[in-house]
Amino acid sequence: MHIVVCIKQVPDSAQIRVHPVTNTIMRQGVPAIVNPYDLYALEEALRLKDRYRGRITALCMGPPQAEAALRKALAFGADEAILLTDRAFAGADTLATSYALSAAIRQIHQGLPVDLVFAGKQTIDGDTAQVGPGIATRLDMQLLTYVSKIVSLDLAAREVVVHRRSEGGVQVLKTSLPALITVLEGINEMRFASLTDMFRAERHRLTTWNKDDAHIEDATKIGLKGSPTAVSKVFAPTATNRRAEIIETQSGQPVDLAATLVAKLFSQRPEVALAMKPSSTHDSRGSA
Amino acid sequence: MTSSPTPQAPPRPAGRRAPKLDERLAGYKGVWVFVEYERGQVHPVSWELLGEGRKLADTLKVDLAAVVLGPPDPAIRASCDQAIQYGADLCYLACDPVLKDYRNAPYTAVLTELVNRYLPEILLLGATTLGRDLAGSVATTLKTGLTADCTGLAIDAENRGLAATRPTFGGSLLCTIVTLNYRPQMATIRPRVMAMPTASPDRTGRVIEHPLALVEDSVVTKILEFVPDNHSAEANLPFADIIVSGGRGMKRQENFRLIHDLARVLGAEVGASRPAVQAGWAGVDRQVGQSGKTVRPRLYIAAGISGAVQHRVGMDKSDVIIAINEDANAPIFDFAHYGIVGNAMTILPALTQAFTEHLRTLKRAC
Ligand SMILES: Cc1cc2nc3c(=O)[nH]c(=O)nc-3n(C[C@H](O)[C@H](O)[C@H](O)COP(=O)(O)OP(=O)(O)OC[C@H]3O[C@@H](n4cnc5c(N)ncnc54)[C@H](O)[C@@H]3O)c2cc1C
Ligand SMILES: Cc1cc2nc3c(=O)[nH]c(=O)nc-3n(C[C@H](O)[C@H](O)[C@H](O)COP(=O)(O)OP(=O)(O)OC[C@H]3O[C@@H](n4cnc5c(N)ncnc54)[C@H](O)[C@@H]3O)c2cc1C
Repeated sequence: MHIVVCIKQVPDSAQIRVHPVTNTIMRQGVPAIVNPYDLYALEEALRLKDRYRGRITALCMGPPQAEAALRKALAFGADEAILLTDRAFAGADTLATSYALSAAIRQIHQGLPVDLVFAGKQTIDGDTAQVGPGIATRLDMQLLTYVSKIVSLDLAAREVVVHRRSEGGVQVLKTSLPALITVLEGINEMRFASLTDMFRAERHRLTTWNKDDAHIEDATKIGLKGSPTAVSKVFAPTATNRRAEIIETQSGQPVDLAATLVAKLFSQRPEVALAMKPSSTHDSRGSA
Repeated sequence: MTSSPTPQAPPRPAGRRAPKLDERLAGYKGVWVFVEYERGQVHPVSWELLGEGRKLADTLKVDLAAVVLGPPDPAIRASCDQAIQYGADLCYLACDPVLKDYRNAPYTAVLTELVNRYLPEILLLGATTLGRDLAGSVATTLKTGLTADCTGLAIDAENRGLAATRPTFGGSLLCTIVTLNYRPQMATIRPRVMAMPTASPDRTGRVIEHPLALVEDSVVTKILEFVPDNHSAEANLPFADIIVSGGRGMKRQENFRLIHDLARVLGAEVGASRPAVQAGWAGVDRQVGQSGKTVRPRLYIAAGISGAVQHRVGMDKSDVIIAINEDANAPIFDFAHYGIVGNAMTILPALTQAFTEHLRTLKRAC
C-alpha cells in the first residue's frame, strides 16, 4: 500500500499581528508550521500503515524553507518526502496548485503505484478547502471529503468505507481505490514522534523536484500564470461608527442594570420579543 | 483600442483589475445559484444566495437562474417554484434517480454539463460541506477560478466582473479576489452571511428541464447508509433567532450554567467563543466565529467575550447585540448595541430574572 500525504507549510496564524496604524501584516518573525489540519491527515495515514504496512510519501509544494514541514512529517513516521519547489510555482491559486501537485503525484505513482492520497480539510492561511477536490478531479480519483472515520480498508478488493460529514448527518460511503481523502479535525490524536524517527528525519535526504522533475507539461498552468484568480486588494474591515449604549443606573446594582436593559430593549426593539420562545416546560411551570 | 489579450499573454499581476474579457468568453451570460436540495429539503443558504444573486443580476441586467439537481420527486418541483419566489427568473432542473443523495462524481458531471451548455458568467454555491466539495471539483473540471467562503460580492463597474471579498489572515483583514480571463466566475458563500430574502408568492418564471440519462453502475462511490444528526442534541446556531454566548471571561465550566439559564428563559441557543470551546465548556458545534459558525440572530448576548475580530466576523450581522464585560474598554463595546459593564456572574442571573418577569407580563397582557 502506498499513501501520499499532502502537507502545506503555513504561517502560524495565532502569531500573526496586523500593524495597528498601517493595517499591513507583520510577517517578520512569524514562525512557519505544518498546517494543523494536515497532521490529522498524516496521522490517519500512519494508522493505516501500522495496520496494513506499506509506504507513506509526504508531498509539499512551497519555497525551500518548507523542507522543515517535510522533516516534521518524516519525524512522525513518513517514509519519503518530496519538496516541490520552483520559482515558477509562486503565486499559485488553487487551480494552479492542484495542477502542480497532481503532476507530482502522477510522477510518484510512476515509481510506486499510489492507492490513497490524504489531504487536510483546509489550510489555516488560504483556507479554501479546494485543493483536495482539485487533485482528485485532475487524477480522476474518487473524492471523499470531510471524512470523520475510516471504517475499513480492503486492499484485496481495493475498497474503502468511510464516514463522511455532510449537511444534517453522516454519509457512510464505500468506494474504490485510488481515492483522495480529506479528513476532519479531531478524527484522531497525533502520536509523538519516536526518537529513532526524529534522528532518521534529521539525516534523511529529501527529494527536491523542480517543475521539470515533476514532469509539468504545461508551464502556463502553474504559478501566477496558471491562476485564474487574482487578489485585487487587501484592506481592513471597516470599523462601525456604532458604540454600544452602556446601561447605567444610579445604584449600579446588577438587578437595576438588568431591569433597565430589558425595559430599553423591549421598548426600542420590540421585534426582538417576538423571537423569544421560552422553553414551555420552564415557563408554564414558572407562571402557572 | 488595444487588442484583446491572447491566451498566451501574461496574466495581470495581483493588485490589478481584470483585463478586457476575451471574445470567446463574452458568450457567458447570467448569474446562477446552485440550489442545494437534499432529502426533500433545500438548504436555506440557497435562498440567501438567490437574494444576493438577484442584486448582482440586476446590476448586470441579466437573468438570475436557480440550478436544481436531485432525484425526480415531487418536492423537487416545488423547490423550483420556491426558487422563483425567492428571486430567480428561471430555474434549470436536472433530475435523475442517481442524484438521490449527494455524491461528488455525478453531481460534478451534471453541473459541469449544464454550465457548458448554458454558459453562465457567475456561479454561486453555499460554502457547506456539499457546496465546497462540489465547487472544488466543478471549478477544476471547468478550469476556472473559484473564490472560497466569501463575505461580500459586488460587480466591478468598469469590467462587469465579480469582485468577491473574503477574510484573510485569520479574519484580521479582508481581500477582494477577481477572476481574470476565465468563465464562469465561481464563489462559495457561507450560510447566514447574506440576508434571507422574502419570498414573493406571485413571482413567475420558467422551469427548464434538462434531460439526463445517468447510469448507477458507472458511479463508483456508493452510499451504504445515511445517519441523520440527532437534531435535539445538535445545535443549529446559524439559524437560531436568539443566541446567548459565553467566553473565557466565564472563567469556569460551572459558570457556564448561567449562560444556559438565560438561554432557557429566552428560548435561545447557547454559543461560545473559541477559548470557551477549547476549555470544554461548550461543544465544538457551538463555536461562533471565523473558524466556527456564522450566525445572524435577532438577538446575540455575549458574556465575558472580548470581541476579537475572529469572533466578531461570525456574529456582527446580528440584529441586536448585547455585551456584558467587566472591562469598559473591551472591543466588543465598539460594535455591540447595548452594553453592561460588570461581572457576568452577577449580571447574568439578574438578566435571567428580569427577562423572566418581563416575558411573564407580556404573556399575561396577551
Ligand atoms: C488570503 C488568501 C486567500 C486566498 N483565496 C483564494 C481563493 O479564494 N481561491 C483560490 O483559488 N485561491 C486562493 N488563495 C490561494 C491559495 O491559498 C493557494 O492556492 C494555496 O496554494 C492553496 O490553497 P489553500 O491554502 O486554500 O489550500 P486548501 O485547499 O485549503 O488545502 C487543502 C489541503 O490541500 C493540501 N495542500 C494545499 N496546498 C498545498 C501545498 N502547497 N502543498 C501540499 N499540499 C497542499 C493540504 O493537505 C491541505 O490541507 C488564497 C490565498 C491567500 C493567502
Ligand atoms: C485563525 C484563527 C481563528 C480563530 N477563530 C475563532 C473563532 O471562530 N471564534 C472565536 O471566538 N475566536 C476565534 N479565534 C480566537 C480569537 O482571536 C480570540 O482569541 C477569541 O475570540 C477570544 O475569546 P474570548 O473573547 O472568549 O476571550 P478573551 O479575549 O480572553 O476575552 C475574555 C473577556 O472576558 C472579560 N471578562 C473577564 N472576566 C469577566 C467577568 N467576570 N465578567 C465579565 N467579563 C469578564 C474580559 O474583560 C475579556 O474582555 C481565532 C483565532 C485565530 C488566530
